[in-house]
Order: sequence, then structure tokens, then C-alpha cells
Amino acid sequence: MSEILLEAKGLVKEFPVKGRHKVVHAVSGVDITLYQGESLALVGESGCGKSTMGRALIRLLPATAGRVYYKGTDITNLKGEDFAPYRRQMQMVFQDPYASLNPRMKVRDIIAEPLVTYRVCPTPEATTQRVLELMAEVGVQREFLDRYPHQFSGGQRQRIGIARAIALRPELIICDEPVSALDVSVQSQVLNLLKDLQKERGLTYLFISHDLSVVKFISHRVAVMFLGKLCEVGKTSELFAHPLHPYTRFLLDAIPKADPHRREEEKAPSDGRSPPVPSTRHPAAVFTPAVLTRRSDARRRNQSCNKPATGKSPATE
Amino acid sequence: MDQLSSPSTETLTAEALAAELGEADTIGSKLHRLASENKLAVVSMAVIVFIALAAVFAPLLTPYGFAEQDLAVRLQNPSAAHWLGTDELGRDELTRLLYGARVSLLVGVVPTIVSMLLGAILGLIAGFCGGWTDTVIMRVADVMLAFPSLLLALVIMYILGRRHREHLSLHSPYIDWAGVARVVRSQTLSLRESQYVEAANSIGVKKLTIIFRHIFPNCVPSLIVLFTLNIPGAILSESSMSFLGIGVQPPGCSWGLMADTGRTYLTSHPMLSLAPSVAIMLVVLAFNFLGDGLRDVLDPYMNRR
Amino acid sequence: MNEQLTLSIEHLRSSFFTLRGEVKAVNDVSLAVPKGKIVGIVGESGCGKSMTAKSIIGILKYPGRVVGGSIRLDGQELAGLSDRAMRQIRGRDISMIFQEPMTSLNPVVKVGKQVQEAVLLHRSITSAEARQEVLKIFRTVGISEPEKRYDSYPFQLSGGLRQRVMIAMAMICRPKLLIADEPTTALDVTIEAQILKLMKDLSRNTGMSIILITHNLGVIAELCDFVYVMYAGKIVEQADTITLFDHPLHPYMQGLMASVIRLDRDVERLQTIPGVVPNLLHLPAGCAFSNRCPYASDECRTQPPVLHDVGSGHLVRCFRGEDDK
Repeated sequence: MSEILLEAKGLVKEFPVKGRHKVVHAVSGVDITLYQGESLALVGESGCGKSTMGRALIRLLPATAGRVYYKGTDITNLKGEDFAPYRRQMQMVFQDPYASLNPRMKVRDIIAEPLVTYRVCPTPEATTQRVLELMAEVGVQREFLDRYPHQFSGGQRQRIGIARAIALRPELIICDEPVSALDVSVQSQVLNLLKDLQKERGLTYLFISHDLSVVKFISHRVAVMFLGKLCEVGKTSELFAHPLHPYTRFLLDAIPKADPHRREEEKAPSDGRSPPVPSTRHPAAVFTPAVLTRRSDARRRNQSCNKPATGKSPATE
Repeated sequence: MDQLSSPSTETLTAEALAAELGEADTIGSKLHRLASENKLAVVSMAVIVFIALAAVFAPLLTPYGFAEQDLAVRLQNPSAAHWLGTDELGRDELTRLLYGARVSLLVGVVPTIVSMLLGAILGLIAGFCGGWTDTVIMRVADVMLAFPSLLLALVIMYILGRRHREHLSLHSPYIDWAGVARVVRSQTLSLRESQYVEAANSIGVKKLTIIFRHIFPNCVPSLIVLFTLNIPGAILSESSMSFLGIGVQPPGCSWGLMADTGRTYLTSHPMLSLAPSVAIMLVVLAFNFLGDGLRDVLDPYMNRR
Repeated sequence: MNEQLTLSIEHLRSSFFTLRGEVKAVNDVSLAVPKGKIVGIVGESGCGKSMTAKSIIGILKYPGRVVGGSIRLDGQELAGLSDRAMRQIRGRDISMIFQEPMTSLNPVVKVGKQVQEAVLLHRSITSAEARQEVLKIFRTVGISEPEKRYDSYPFQLSGGLRQRVMIAMAMICRPKLLIADEPTTALDVTIEAQILKLMKDLSRNTGMSIILITHNLGVIAELCDFVYVMYAGKIVEQADTITLFDHPLHPYMQGLMASVIRLDRDVERLQTIPGVVPNLLHLPAGCAFSNRCPYASDECRTQPPVLHDVGSGHLVRCFRGEDDK
């Protein structure tokens, strides 16, 4: 592919917890590489540490241990003025369109904030001009310049958030569940926009999501995270067609398919009546290879129906 | 932080849509809603404005001076010449009431502004910085809140001496900032965790700018409410002190002082104490009702976010 | 239709009366829920599906209220009942579970106690008996170590567990109808699968009917027997699940289905429905979807279409559907 944009080695993030356990390892020793121009998805369920890792990578949270390199330079401990040029290159789109925009700021001020912070434009008029250009790029009408966030729908707010993120022409954008809070038809609009922007501007995305179907559309590579560690990384098409790690398979199987002809009931009886997973533990924690094979066996019969025919048998563990 | 903690669908349900269609999120429109829904608050606002105007234009409204004595007409009942009668030195009661309004409002508003500013700044710093700064500021605030304010006034009086007695009413900022700081601090703590502050951090906005661009404006609604609710406290405080003789001194007039001097004639000429007492009560109630109304309109939105 | 109907709604109308006018959130909605079946209401934000649910169970808050129509539960008319009478029915005959279990549960009361409260409200049994009932229902909904969970606070439980507690609370009085408003939207995909399965099993085993409200087509496909599609306060299409997914007729439903990302296909761009949901205060004269519909004609923009039958219970509110199929 291309050169490495962002790289992390041995990234660890701990949170102190009062009580019996002294720390919680949100991220426990992760090595990850992001190539320029690609879209790497970071998937996993709640609590796996993906959001924390995204933030640790762009140093919104200080890492407990490990190193982060941007185009070869160690940025792990840079501060203040030294870090500013890197901060400009790494921006973020947030999950909640209702909470990520300051309700008391007009749209023009929200989008202009990055420009103003780094004094990009010489005059206020130039700033306004840039803001209008950005709004046009993300598909928000110019007339809405002086409106407040509450006057927009979720999809539009997310577009504003995206405009804010690309204002500084960064190289890397971390998208933290950017479409999870949106309706299905709006999700498609925003996802198309993100893909278009990537093509036009050569952006690199770290796309954090729990929704595998979204991931399939937008990412080139996928990294699956579980309890703070990466358990599988690979090209999207490969990973979806031939998931190697049991947890990956587990995730893929759980996606509700929008096809009433293929409901759970129609599966083989050996699987259908498996007892509900004890809810004291996270369901994924229960899986031993033996259990998963049983469940996966039954699902494989159906997988061949909705996956592209490869002629290969699914990989074993 | 990893949890999908926020509602994961567009919650622009018909309900929310209606609520948002009905009003904007700006303070202006909320005040507009207040005006249309809460009649009591509107009336209170009118009362306050009326009293303020009366205080400002006092010299034009009354032919008498507030210190103008006429011993020939002392202790008269309300009459055409003296609408509220005269006091023990023949001074017109109504005139003194009007000039007293000046003192009360001034004493209510100015120290409150000072204490709000002080409290807001300290609260912002404590909430945003956390750690030792937070602990120190908050413990000092705790001490201030535990302090009996009247006692503090007496102590200051002793220190400052007789000449500066009139300025004693300004003691309230020394203590009242603590309550404001507490409220602002807790708001800052929660606002600091909001996603738009996180977004500002990700852009690289400097911390001081974040405080004043993102956090402070979202504290303003609460501050407005606090302001209107702290004013009556300051007014009552001044009245109490003047009543006890450690506030405004004659011939200056304040409602508290008038109530005190009128005490001697409570049975014979109750109007002398009654008029200022009712005035105090009216103003305090007006500010309280206004503050309640403002809180209903401004604060629930804070909680919802 | 000789099936027994648990719930029958006819021409329901609910509106919000705001300063700027009447928002017709539920605008002439009729639906039927047969006994023991799972009925889905699908639609996006602002379509009125949650409002419909709240109208049924009677928890619409000012400035919203039910304006007209009939809601019959097992033959009994619910519209117009006093709040007192509705309280009896809520929890006992109809129950509702919501999207965010954390906000629906009291954070300072142990979950066991909360569920116990639900049963004590409707049945005159002792506290100890109630506790046993709670433990029993906890087991039924798959909460392991029920005695331990009984004494837990909501924040100590995971999202999936909390939702199970909500379901337990909703089911403990064996209601005839369960309304589930986006019950799994806030949950992880693996937990979602479990909860959906649980709901299906409960319905099959107890004969309870379920109204499932969601915007997720996958959930609908997985669980529902019959589906109603709502848009801007009206039902625009209804059919049994298989028919609906195989032959969606309304352009909005077609658009929704096209928007779903298929795992078995690679696409460069996703299909979208252009535009946004219209402002409910300023609905167009004709079809509410006309401003976004690829097939909109002048008739569509000026005349409101009506729901008509295209065969075997499949109804569509579209002029185009008349000649199609």
C-alpha cells in the first residue's frame, strides 16, 4: 500500500478504579498501524476499549504506556507548541450529534473554531468564506450559517461535525461511531459523504464502530478488538469471508440479517435451543473453542448462502 | 466511556420535534416563553421595574427631601399632604420609602453582582482545574458558607471603624460568592465531560478559551437564576443590619432603618414600620417569583442536557 | 380474519398542541395485533411510532393528547378511560419496555425491589410471595444467579441484564400485550441477538402478543409476523413480514430496504433516500413522501393517497401501488 501514517506499539491505557481492583485495563498492549489513505475499522463491543484506543492514539487521553509514531516521529510525549502541528493533522468526528456541538454556538462559529484556533484565515471574511465552502462540501445549505444546532436534524448535525473535522485539512480523522445514533436512511447519506471526502481529499480514517455492516462498506482493513486487545486484523473482504478468530466469527454471526427467510428458527436444532448464555459474564467470554465450533457449524450452513461463493471451506481455528 | 450511553436513535420523536418547534434554545426565546406562560413572574418583573423607576426618579416624584424635617407635623396619619403620613421627626414617610428603595436596590444588586462574578470565576477555576486548586477553593467556600454573616459584618465593622459603616452592606460578597462558586463548580464539572468540550480539545483549543467559550456560556442560565434569587438575600441582609443599628445610619434612610425607628411607635402609628416592611416583603417576593420562573424556563434545559 | 385480536386500533389520532400549531404525530392509524403474534412498527425518527405506543398505554404528556379513535384491548375500549382505570391496566394487561433501561430503572432502588413493586401493585400477595415471583421471572428471562441479581442496583448490571430486568418487570403480571420501544437499539449486537430470542420465546411460550417498535429492519425480519410501516404519522404500508420484504411496494419502504447494507454484496456507494422527513407542522397537501419520492407525480403532490388492499392483507398508501403488482 502506501507509507505508514500512524503507528502505535505496545499501547496501554489504564484507568484507576476504587475498590478491589486497582486498575482497569481499557487497552492492554496494542500494536496497530495505519497506512496513508486507507480506512481502518476498529470493531468490537461495548467495553472492548476501542473508543479509548482511538482517543489514546490521537492523544486526547494520555497513554499509560507504549509509543505512538506519526510518520515516523515519536509523538507520545510531545506537549504544547511541539505537539500543535500534529494535533492539526489528527481530528475527530464524534458519536452523538446532539452532544458534540455546543448548543449555544452558531453553526458558523462551530465550524470556524478550528480555523480561529490556528489562525488559518487572515480576516473574518476569509474565515466565513472558508466556512461556507466547508458547508457546501458536506451538504449543509449556506442559508443555515447563523442557526443553532437544535434547529438541525441528527444527520445534519453530524455533517456539521464532519465539516468541523475537515476544516484544518487534516490527514487523519478518527470517526468514533459517527453513524450509530442516526436513522438508517440518514446513515447511508453520511457514510456516502465520508467515503466521498476520503476519495477527494486523500484522508485516512480510523473508523470505530460496533456495526459490522457499516464497517464492511467503508473500510479497507478491519481490526477486531476484544477486552483491550486486538484479536484479528485483516483486509475487509478477507475478514468477512474467512474470519479466523472465533470472536470475529461470533460477531459476524450475531448480525441480524434483514431477511425473514433466514431466521434463527430455521437453523439446525442442535444449535437452536442452546441455553441462553449466562448473563453474569459477557457472552463472548463464555466461548471456548468447543462451544464456538458447535454454534459456528450450524451457522456456516447459512453463511454459504449469503456470502460470496468462494469454494473454500471456512477456516478452522 | 465505551458504552453506547446516549440514546442510539435520532430522538427527534414527535415529542421532541414539537418541543423544539415550539421554542429555540436561545435565552431570548426562553424568556419569551416565560413571559407568555408564567404570569406571576411577569407581574413580579413589573413590580421590580416599577420600584426601580420609583427609586431612580424619587426626587421628581416627591416634593419633600428625605431628610427634611418638620417637627410641627410629626407623627401624622396618612393625609392628602403626606400619603403615608410622617415619622417621628416630621419627615414624609413616602419620600423616605422612595429614597429607601434606592438603598435597598443598590444594596441588593451591587454586592450580588460582585459576589456572582467572584463566585463564577472561582467556581470555573475549581471545576475545570480540579486537584488541589479545587480542594482549596472549595474548602474555603465551605468555611464561608458556615460563617454567620451578621457576625462577620460586626467584625468588619470593628475593623473598619465608624466612618465606613455605610459600606458594611457590601459584606455579602465576602460570603455569598461561596454559594455561587459551588453551583458553578458542579456545572463546570459536568460540562467539562460533554462531547463538545472533548471536540474542542481534539481541535487543540487552549484550556482558557474552552472555559470561556464553551463552559461559561452554558453556566449563564443558572447564573441568571442565582442572581435573581440572591438579590433578596442581600436586601434582607442589609435590612437586618440597619434594623440592628449597624447598617445605614441616620439621616440616611433605608427600609430596615425605617422599620427599626418605627418600632417605638408600633402601637400608635403602625404605618411607620409597616410601610417599609411591606416594601421589603414585596421586593423580596418579586425577586423570588421572578427567579423561580426563570429557573423553570432556563434550568430544566440544563438538566436535560 | 377469525384470529382473536389482542389489540385493535382504529383511526387513532394523537397530536401535540404547540405554540406554532397542531403537530399531528399520529394521524389516522389503524392496526391489529392478533393473540400470540409479534407485530412490528417500523419507521424513522418523527414517524410517530413511539407516539402510537404511548397513546395506547396512555402516557402521553402535555401538550400531547389522544384526539380521536378507538383502542380496544381484548374488546375493552381504552381510549377515554380515566387515568385511574389506565393505571390498573398498565403493568397488568399491557406493559411497555423502553430503549434505555438505565433511565427507566430507578438508580437508587435495588432491581429486585423494583420488580417486586410491579407485582405487588397488581396482585394481593405477600411480600415474600412477591419475592418468589420475582426470582421465578428472573429465571424465566435468563438472569442467572437471580438471588444475587435481586439485590443489585441498576448501575451494577450490564446493558443486556438491565434490559432483561425491564422485561421481567414488564412480564411479571403476565400481560396480554407487551409494547417494546426500540428495546435493543442501545445494546451490542450479540446481546441484541439474545434479547430478541428471549422475546420470541416468551411470546411463543406464554401466548403474549408483542408490538415491536424499531427502525432496524434486521430486527423486524428476525422477529415479526406482521409489519406496519409508518411515515409522518401515517401507516404507509402493512403486510406480513415475508411479503413485505419480498415485495415492498411503497417507495419509502423500498428506499429503506435499499439503504440497508448487505453483507453479501460490495457497493461503491450506498443507496439513500434523498431529502429529510418533512416538518410535521407543514405537511404537503398530498402524499407526505412526495418530496423525496423518485416516482412522485402531480397527483401525488396534491392528493393524499389512501391505504388500499393489494391482496392478502397487504395494504399500501400509494397511487403507484394501484397499478403495480
